Amino acid sequence: MSTTEHATDDVTARRGKAPAGEKIADWADGRLGIYGLAKANMRKIFPDHWSFMLGEICLYSFVIIILTGVYLTLFFHPSMQEVTYSGPYVPLQGIRMSEAFNSTMNISFEVRGGLLIRQIHHWAALVFLAGMFVHMMRVFFTGAFRKPREVNWLFGFLLFVLGMFTGFTGYSLPDDLLSGTGVRFMEGAILSVPIVGTYLSFFLFGGQFPGNDFVSRFYSIHILLLPGIMAGLLVAHLILVFYHKHTQFAGPGKNEKNVVGMPLLPVYMAKAGGFFFLVFGVIAIIAAIASINPIWEFGPYRPDQVSTGAQPDWYMGFSEGLIRAMPGWEINFWGHTLQLGVFIPLGLLFPAVLTVIAIWPFLESWVSGDKREHHILDRPRNAPVRTGFGVGWITWYMVCLIGGGNDILATHFHLSINDVTWFVRIAFFVAPVLAFIVTKRVCLGLQRRDRDKVLHGRETGVIKRLPHGEFIEIHEPLDQGKVFTLTAHEQPAPAEIGPEVDENGVERKVDPLTKLRAKLAEGMYGEGSHIPKPTPEEHAEITSGHGHH
Amino acid sequence: MKKLSARRRHPLAALVVLLFALAATGGLYAAFAPADKAQADTSSQSLAIQEGQKLYSVGCATCHGTSGKGTKTGPSLVGVGSAAVDFQVGTGRMPAQQQGPQIPEKKAIYNQAQVDQLAAYIASLGPGPVKPTSQQYSPDGADIANGGQLFRTNCSQCHNASGKGGALTEGKYAPSLENAPPKYIYEAMLTGPQNMPSFPDSTMPQKDKKDIIAYLGATDSDKAANPGGLELGGIGPVSEGLFGWVFGLGALIALAIWVATHTTKARKS
Ligand code: HEC
Ligand code: HEC
Ligand code: HEM
Repeated sequence: MSTTEHATDDVTARRGKAPAGEKIADWADGRLGIYGLAKANMRKIFPDHWSFMLGEICLYSFVIIILTGVYLTLFFHPSMQEVTYSGPYVPLQGIRMSEAFNSTMNISFEVRGGLLIRQIHHWAALVFLAGMFVHMMRVFFTGAFRKPREVNWLFGFLLFVLGMFTGFTGYSLPDDLLSGTGVRFMEGAILSVPIVGTYLSFFLFGGQFPGNDFVSRFYSIHILLLPGIMAGLLVAHLILVFYHKHTQFAGPGKNEKNVVGMPLLPVYMAKAGGFFFLVFGVIAIIAAIASINPIWEFGPYRPDQVSTGAQPDWYMGFSEGLIRAMPGWEINFWGHTLQLGVFIPLGLLFPAVLTVIAIWPFLESWVSGDKREHHILDRPRNAPVRTGFGVGWITWYMVCLIGGGNDILATHFHLSINDVTWFVRIAFFVAPVLAFIVTKRVCLGLQRRDRDKVLHGRETGVIKRLPHGEFIEIHEPLDQGKVFTLTAHEQPAPAEIGPEVDENGVERKVDPLTKLRAKLAEGMYGEGSHIPKPTPEEHAEITSGHGHH
Repeated sequence: MKKLSARRRHPLAALVVLLFALAATGGLYAAFAPADKAQADTSSQSLAIQEGQKLYSVGCATCHGTSGKGTKTGPSLVGVGSAAVDFQVGTGRMPAQQQGPQIPEKKAIYNQAQVDQLAAYIASLGPGPVKPTSQQYSPDGADIANGGQLFRTNCSQCHNASGKGGALTEGKYAPSLENAPPKYIYEAMLTGPQNMPSFPDSTMPQKDKKDIIAYLGATDSDKAANPGGLELGGIGPVSEGLFGWVFGLGALIALAIWVATHTTKARKS
């Protein structure tokens, strides 16, 4: 007994007292094996590019939403029990309202810091969804969704869609006139579903709209169900990012096998930790200076009241646009009405707009037949068809958003709302196509410029007069690294079907799907879809010898 | 009549109308000017009517007709009452300038005394809603909360729940009610200008009108408090979304770029 004690004393005496942090770490390692984990992961490398921080913006705003949301649950009462308002806001005193609205008024006017927290929660939600949108577009335009990251693309996409619905259910909780109009809108969408619509609506609302249940039901969906699924997906998303390692842009010293950047600890962690506070700071400042969802101006929801200018938050705006632009068609047979004017935009187009972008990675890999892993990102210009498609999709989405704000546009720019709606109807079909064509052209133009730069160098703006009187501009050759970066991309040839007729003159049977695929591949990778990048021979020939041409 | 209306889009129609109107105005003036002196009446009421008539024949008769019976370019004013005139001329809508989906509010060109004279003249053409007294539209002692309830039931479908206005079809619009003077709120309800329905005392008693005025005064004027901070135009999620994208995400992306470039530099040194 005493000998052992002596032994430990000796050790301590020799090393001096271990710092408290080390002791705790030792304690934890003995039980959790954290040293092994840290050794494996602390040197994980993260490349440095601002667009790789978009995911972090999403992550941090999600954390901010959860933190402020917990505070709100302490004071919010998810009940549709009718009460009479008697708080400090004079213009609503004596008005009958649901407990949900009443408690939100209470949070806004009586709970210390309540209104600020409410506004942070809501602003963070807008920023979160906007962040996800841009993050998703960064992943799209750089081709970061390619193998092995397709599953993570889907996780991310699901996060975006779930984020939309989490936002929508949260927005409906205060039971004010504006959000109630939105819930009514959703009820209309459900009712328009053929055959089962009415049953679904009765099921969701526990009877006739609005009933006495929807706030408490939306509450569990908003604070428990959806955030729970999202937290799970988020962790899975991050684990996969870790497991796949981060992608990087092409450049000297970077290849498909390595990742060049900073180690997770300490550099990246310090940066990320600091960035969290920047995100929190920006959102808090916005919440402190700008009002969002001032429910006291709208008043409590009553099905017999409605306000013009009723829009959802921006991320649901495109569904509003779809329904505003859709003509009010309906079909009537045997006493049943099919509400096409509602069902087509909300039941069909709403999911369609989202699905189109979600399935692109799978479509692309099917068409290209490329089953290799990709860790080097594409520059958008080097994938003109993909980039054109992406811009076309964003244009489509924006057209729908314009439709959702048609009345605001009309009043603020002195237009007729009917004209705006007609513009949206036409642009819905035309604008994405135009955007695709223009973007593809621009990409090809940029490729051409890259080619010139590689072959003839950078324009210096210095004009030189030759002995025989000719003026030329001096071009400065690019350094090796630049040349490498500009020519690192692949230009795959479209997959061919092979000859239609075999060597014996017998016609081969090619199924239509394969034919379609070959057509698409031709469109995506064929002659018209890229400017051949300079070959080493071309480069050598031009750069060797005399600098002028 | 049919023939006439079929030709009213003829390129020369406007000219013809103008000529008629000019002739009529001149004729009218000639007819009334001497009579004026003959009927000289010292009562202030008829003096006002006379002055109003003069103003009318100069500024309004071209569209509303020499005797207020209306023309193709302006409706009859018989029976619209002094309240309608006070609202239309006081808010600068009348005299109308250009054709358009809706005649806009602009700087009033008549002073209140002239407006009252015009109102007196038009009221003399036939009975109609009378310009309210300040006691009628003063919000003192009214029930603000009840006014809010009435506003959300009767007005917010066009004017928006926070009174910020909204679009109607074909370029028509319900204007913002921010800082609207109580008198004009009252008169708008009483007379229903242009595309707005009227809310006569039979459907909306005077007390309710007062309540609405009090509510708008409390929530939609410069005096109203904005506990949440900047209103962003008060038009709801559209401006909020725009603000969130530009100043929220925009600022964060700018910061991300800053953070990314900052470390690159630090590493090089
Ligand atoms: C350029 C033609 C024009 C002129 C000049 C004009 N008005 Fe009008 N006025 C109109 C038109 C058109 C309307 C109908 C607006 C509507 O309801 O859409 C109207 C409507 C009115 C109304 C409302 C009628 C109602 O039914 O409530 C009043 C009152 C009125 N005008 C008074 C006047 C007065 C007073 C003047 C002279 C100061 C005047 N207007 C000058 C064209 C004109
Ligand atoms: C059908 C839509 C509609 C409804 C309902 C409606 N208004 Fe209006 N309101 C209008 C339009 C359109 C105008 C513009 C009229 C004009 O320019 O002559 C207007 C004008 C006004 C004005 C004049 C604003 C100004 O700038 O001078 C006031 C005040 C007003 N409304 C108050 C009300 C109140 C109070 C109610 C409810 C009792 C109400 N309105 C209901 C459409 C409506
Ligand atoms: C809850 C919302 C989200 C959070 C918190 C989040 C977080 C992150 C983070 C921190 C990264 C690593 C850094 C980066 O590349 O930006 C990342 C990568 C990634 N995200 Fe997201 N993301 C979210 C939503 C989405 C969405 C909507 C998509 C697309 C549909 C998506 C697809 C991806 C993909 C494919 C990667 C890997 C990219 C690469 O390694 O280059 N994520 N995410």
